[in-house]
Amino acid sequence: MTDTPPPPDPQDAPFLARQSYVQRRLGDAARLLPLVGVLLFLLPLLWLMNAEAPRTARGLIYVFAIWTGLIVVAAWLAPRLMHRPPKAIDTSDSPTHEP
Amino acid sequence: MLTFNLLLLVCLAYVAFLFAVAFLAEKRAERGQGSWLRSPMVYTLSLSIYCTAWTFYGAVGNAARNGLEFVTIYLGPTLVMIGWWALLRKLVRIGRAQRITSIADLISSRYGKSTALGVIVTVMAVVGTTPYIALQLQSVTLSFAVFAGNDATGGGWDPSDLNFSALWVAAGLAVFTLLFGTRSIDANERHHGVVMAIALEAIVKLVALLAVGIFVVWGVAGGPGAMLDLIDTAPVGAWELRPGRWVGLMFLSAAAFLTLPRMFQVMVVENSDERHLATASWAFPLYLMLISLFVLPIAVTGLAHLPGDANPDLFVLTVPLAFDQDILAMLSFLGGFSSATSMVIVAAIALSTMVSNHIVLPVWLNSQQGGAALSGDVRGVLLLSRRVSICVILALGYIYFRLSGAGAALAAIGLVSFTGVAQVLPAMLGGLFWRGATRVGAIAGLVVGFSIWGWTLFLPSFGEGSVIPATVLAEGPFGVGWLRPHALFGIDGIDRVVHAVLWSMVLNTGVFVFTSFLTFPQPLERLQGAAFVQVFRRSAGPRGWADNRAETEDLLVMAQRIIGAAEAQALFSRAAEAQGKGGYLPDATPAFLETLERQLAGSVGAATAHAMLGQITGGSSLSVEELMRVADETAQIMEYSSRLEAQSAELGRTAGQLREANEKLTALSIQKDAFLSQISHELRTPMTSIRAFSEILRDSGALEEGERTKYSSIIHGEAQRLTRLLDDLLDLSVLENGQVTLNLAEVRLADILDRAEAAALSGDASLVVRRDAAIADAVLTTDPDRLAQVFINLISNAQKYCDGSAPELTIAIRFADASMTLDFIDNGTGIPRESQAMIFEKFSRLSDHRAAGGAGLGLAICREVMARLGGRIAYLPGQGGAAFRVTIPLGLAQVA
Repeated sequence: MTDTPPPPDPQDAPFLARQSYVQRRLGDAARLLPLVGVLLFLLPLLWLMNAEAPRTARGLIYVFAIWTGLIVVAAWLAPRLMHRPPKAIDTSDSPTHEP
Repeated sequence: MLTFNLLLLVCLAYVAFLFAVAFLAEKRAERGQGSWLRSPMVYTLSLSIYCTAWTFYGAVGNAARNGLEFVTIYLGPTLVMIGWWALLRKLVRIGRAQRITSIADLISSRYGKSTALGVIVTVMAVVGTTPYIALQLQSVTLSFAVFAGNDATGGGWDPSDLNFSALWVAAGLAVFTLLFGTRSIDANERHHGVVMAIALEAIVKLVALLAVGIFVVWGVAGGPGAMLDLIDTAPVGAWELRPGRWVGLMFLSAAAFLTLPRMFQVMVVENSDERHLATASWAFPLYLMLISLFVLPIAVTGLAHLPGDANPDLFVLTVPLAFDQDILAMLSFLGGFSSATSMVIVAAIALSTMVSNHIVLPVWLNSQQGGAALSGDVRGVLLLSRRVSICVILALGYIYFRLSGAGAALAAIGLVSFTGVAQVLPAMLGGLFWRGATRVGAIAGLVVGFSIWGWTLFLPSFGEGSVIPATVLAEGPFGVGWLRPHALFGIDGIDRVVHAVLWSMVLNTGVFVFTSFLTFPQPLERLQGAAFVQVFRRSAGPRGWADNRAETEDLLVMAQRIIGAAEAQALFSRAAEAQGKGGYLPDATPAFLETLERQLAGSVGAATAHAMLGQITGGSSLSVEELMRVADETAQIMEYSSRLEAQSAELGRTAGQLREANEKLTALSIQKDAFLSQISHELRTPMTSIRAFSEILRDSGALEEGERTKYSSIIHGEAQRLTRLLDDLLDLSVLENGQVTLNLAEVRLADILDRAEAAALSGDASLVVRRDAAIADAVLTTDPDRLAQVFINLISNAQKYCDGSAPELTIAIRFADASMTLDFIDNGTGIPRESQAMIFEKFSRLSDHRAAGGAGLGLAICREVMARLGGRIAYLPGQGGAAFRVTIPLGLAQVA
């Protein structure tokens, strides 16, 4: 039996239209965001290195500032992620005009 | 003054109002109106059941004790929500595709619709949630007690008897949940009313907490700046950051957010549109942030203004009361009440669904021996089991409340619960992202993690010496020190919660992964694994049912009993129509069975639905052979098409080769024709003159001697030309056929050149020949006669065609590895570029052939000779005149 290549998966396509490309990168950003959040929220642990013990008031401002920032970024990302570009398959129904 | 009776009245009115809202929402949904019931905002608000009384009262208490640490419980879920694209989106998609009814159903369905896993996760969820329900009871009871303390009359009820009021609260919540939660059977038929009521309660708790917060910041402290100063001077002003707890609690809350049965219920089961998740991804973190915003200010205000023995867990209530803000206190009480009730209702609904689907129904099906699916009253059993489960769950919560002594801090109880339910996380994530996760691995991991949790956190939480004796806590069971509940493996001094989380999660995950490596999944497990992990790639999963002889009528009877007559008939007639049949009985095709199973799974869970269909269709739904057969068919089709493809490519190649061969043959035929016509022409010209002159000789008798001699010599000359032509042709043909015999000898190149020069020029000194000095030394092994033939040709060509004013031929030599090249360069105009390609062809002549006096075979013969001698001859462009390069091997082995 010959080795037949698996059917091409749309997710593995090497080239994408600009819109789909941007869409994917937005998805990457959305996956990365919680990691960035973890990193920023763990940062206060480094404050323990200081000679002076960290103050709660300062920590409060820091944590809520990061929190707000994450919410703003997530709110910016969410509607853009849901806005799906029309899929290539969908256009096959309508007549396409070849140049 | 706020009296206790007034409080009770407001409370009951509030409950009645909630019920009315839920009722109206349910009615509207039934009539198909009210799409606003399913807005993203309602979804987001319903997620707020994460914030229970633990948040409402406990967070402030926690903040008063540990400062900023309380915030970790809300940072974990925030991170999960903003990372929705990676995880929650997949979870919700799977939940919808597989009609998942609960977290136990998710795990059971993923690992081959396993009943055992359903039972294990259900038991874990019930045990894990029990402390949490106790927590709600405790907080509501405590809040009643606060007001009772303010109100001497008590209204005939002694509210200071905590146990007594807890019992009443538990009973009230049970009734509340029964009314709300068990109205519809299909867990997947979403509880519109409940969700609406929860959303309303979410607003109440947020508003209440914000109101108290605003009051303490602006009303008491006098602005944010002053509040920050107050925080700085408070006992918690120095941030005692404990790294283990900071990281551990953040992880724990993130894990619990995913695995808490009630969170799964609102997040996945009640989700009606994936896009709601997008909104919730930022709106819910915003909600959490707002809830947490004033926690620390309320805590420090309580610490500053209330007596030292005041319970920090009740600051939200006692601070407004201390400042005589009765309305605010009332609002705050309602907020706490909302938090507790919404959590208990959803948790009880989620747990009762799990208990009835994964424990009661399988047991009942087994006990009825075979025909249960057809004859038994499934709906009745389901409803009854759910109602009983709700009561039992609340009773368990009450018992835990009594046992744990009602004194432990709220936050501590909540963490016990979180750690328990988080044990599902490895099996859940493994199931979502790893196809290699197996049922046995999941069971092993869950059991190990759950046991460690029970030993290190749950059992000790009842208090020293109540379940686990104090000596065991101090010295380990039977004196085995490394098994001490708070110091496993002899590692002491870790925070208890962090200790339990660390060991249970590490060992749970380790055992799960390792056992999965060692075991082999069953066919159904592999199907489900693929359907879960690749939920975004495939729209329709592979069939879980093989062809069989199930009676559709039996199926209809069973379906009616579970999902109701009208709906079952509608489903069956739709299926029949899709198959192109009329009536209510479609064929029991695998596709139909799949649809039916999904539908039933929405009511009774995947494992039970699978088992019930299995009873009717006759046992095993799927064998390895059948799976392989399906896979084989696909593989065969693919192989066939690939074979066709290969064949057509082969045909294409052959056709191309044939076309090429045909072109070559046509060209050869044309060449042959041209050759024949050339030959005829070459032969005819001398023949014509021979015939003409011989006729003159024959017919004119009186010819002068001189004339006769002249004519005869013309005839002779032409005959010689003919002979030469025929000799050349013969020579060429011999060379081309490779029949030539070479007489090899070792000779000096100079000798051959001398000979060739003498023969070609025959004393005519018009062409000057110059040779490289190096030629004198060159010695080679070759056929001297043949090589001389080539040289003669080249030299005589130069003599004939060189049109320079002082014709000159330069012969240059160069040595390479095993060959030498001789360049014959004259100083004429050379050969035009377009003609260079054809000078080695037969009969090609660039000028009038008469002038040349040859047949145009010379260079063609040269080329053949050189090929025989193992060298080659080529035209060398760009040398000023005509230039030919002859390459000769130095030592010629016999070339056949």
